[in-house]
Amino acid sequence: MKYTKRDIFHPTSGSRWSHIVSGFVGDKLAMLALIIFLFYCLVALLAPLVAPYDITDPTFMDLINAEIAPNWISGDARFLLGTDAQGRDLLSVILYGTRLSLTIGICAVLIQATLGICIGLIAGYLGGRIDNFLMRCADIQLSFSNMMVAIVFLAIFQSLFGMARYQQLAMVILILVIGLTEWPLFARTIRASVLAEKQKEYVDAARVMGISSKRIMFRHILPNTLSPVLVIFTVQIANAIVAEAALSFLGLGMPATEPSLGSLISAGFAYMFSGSWWICVIPSITLIILILAMNLLGDWLRDHLNPRTYKD
Amino acid sequence: MNLLSVSNLHVNFHMKEQELAALIDVSFTLNRGERIAIVGESGAGKSILGFSIVNLIGKPGYIKSGSIKLESKEITKMNLRQLQEVRGKRIAMIFQDPMMTLNPVLTIGDQLVETIRSHTKISYKDARNIAIEKLHHVQIASPEKRFNQYPHELSGGMRQRVIIASVLLLNPDIIIADEPTTALDVTIQAEILQLLLTICRDNGVALVLISHDLGVVSKVAERTLVMYAGHVVEEGPTLEIINDPQHPYTQGLLNALPQMTLPGQRLNQIQGSMPSLAERPTGCAFHPRCPYATQKCRQEQPKFIYSGVSSVACFLVEDMLNEFANNDKEIS
Repeated sequence: MKYTKRDIFHPTSGSRWSHIVSGFVGDKLAMLALIIFLFYCLVALLAPLVAPYDITDPTFMDLINAEIAPNWISGDARFLLGTDAQGRDLLSVILYGTRLSLTIGICAVLIQATLGICIGLIAGYLGGRIDNFLMRCADIQLSFSNMMVAIVFLAIFQSLFGMARYQQLAMVILILVIGLTEWPLFARTIRASVLAEKQKEYVDAARVMGISSKRIMFRHILPNTLSPVLVIFTVQIANAIVAEAALSFLGLGMPATEPSLGSLISAGFAYMFSGSWWICVIPSITLIILILAMNLLGDWLRDHLNPRTYKD
Repeated sequence: MNLLSVSNLHVNFHMKEQELAALIDVSFTLNRGERIAIVGESGAGKSILGFSIVNLIGKPGYIKSGSIKLESKEITKMNLRQLQEVRGKRIAMIFQDPMMTLNPVLTIGDQLVETIRSHTKISYKDARNIAIEKLHHVQIASPEKRFNQYPHELSGGMRQRVIIASVLLLNPDIIIADEPTTALDVTIQAEILQLLLTICRDNGVALVLISHDLGVVSKVAERTLVMYAGHVVEEGPTLEIINDPQHPYTQGLLNALPQMTLPGQRLNQIQGSMPSLAERPTGCAFHPRCPYATQKCRQEQPKFIYSGVSSVACFLVEDMLNEFANNDKEIS
């Protein structure tokens, strides 16, 4: 572990979080990753304001403008990053796509985390048969590849309710499918921490004071197990975005009218070798940078929230 | 009526191969506002007794038989909801290590407020006021500031004060203190003990002090129970027990105090060590270490008798009493 100047002068000052923040400011890579992530979030939030064109506007799509190369090649000042096969401004589409991808990623991980944390807490705290049952469920869930579950589920939904209905609900369904398939990761991590925390005296003390099991689980034990959750959370957002992109690429994700980064890459892939490489490459780079930033952030958090490298 | 009466309590540990008895036939009573001490070596069953009073023995332990009555209510037969009402509100417990007892990631205030609010439905603000008042009560300077601090920002003695405050939050009738000063350094021990004593006295709270230190006990408790290997071997007023110990084990404990040794002399000790749960000897459990053990001690379990000073379970005392009685008869 690296020590910053502040650590040397005030080795134990401040709370745990201020310690983490001070370590953060010293680490340039982590700072960069955070700035990139925040930039993406900001852009995603403000997409309707920032984007040069409104993608919901029907006049937006104009086939006359199809496949115009980026500004620095074609010199067309209207389209900074060029246009796609439907004549849409690529920059606007990417901005909206990032917004969708991030929304799906964060919402899906929120579902995963909620499910996983509740199940992990209950399994770890109550133990015995309940623990056995829940953890075997997790094992079963893990033994299916989440991609396979998603493909099967989405395919069934599409054939049952038809394409039109699917396109309306695509985002919600994607969030649910990605959210519901990956909870065991959270559940296992939480359970392991709970098993360790449960032995500590403050839990006994709380029980002796007549505090109910529910309160002990959520108010006393949960805050003590949150550091690994935070790490998984960041890494899982990246994974969820990738999963969504992969599903969209396979034609099971977002429809072309509501493009996410994945469906943009997928749509652009067909033009890859016909010379219009930018339709595929630019969204890909956008996605890669986002995922890289998230993973760096996750790595950094893992190193710094690890109790073995952190002492108070 | 007694506030708390424990009678013929047996606590067992259910292991894979055998049943191990941790507490054997333990009985005692506690009156409102009374302070009693439970003394013995490690492994004597003191802490188990403390936990079983609030029916919180961890698995694989369980209460095999006997009764624990809080006034007229039977604690061993309560369901979880009733128990949660008793725990904290009627009977509260203080543990040995104040660092371990406080949740490291919650502020002092959060923990105190949490305890109040889990029992009574009051607003955060009211709960905060109560908490700060109690912190003030245990002589913590600037409680408003401490309220927002984390346990690691406080010293050991301060933490134990916070714990005492947390125990007082719900105005319990009984406080069980399981070696409350063992983890503290000597100068703070006396302060904390004094604090505990004044608080119990002022609020009429009954105290069960669990300790291995007869010196500590003599300052606080009115009555003392001496435990050995799951049995209560001697019970009586603390002063009487200290001045005139009846059971050889109590004598040994008192002799082992450093004050009992002259300068330059080796410290006294009781030979041997406490038998483990699985290796309890037959007869009186203390006989392998007892300097006065006879054949009878090895085979039979002594009964509890009143010696005139305290109640003792020892054949030595019993024989002596019988002898006196016979002498009395001969004279008359």
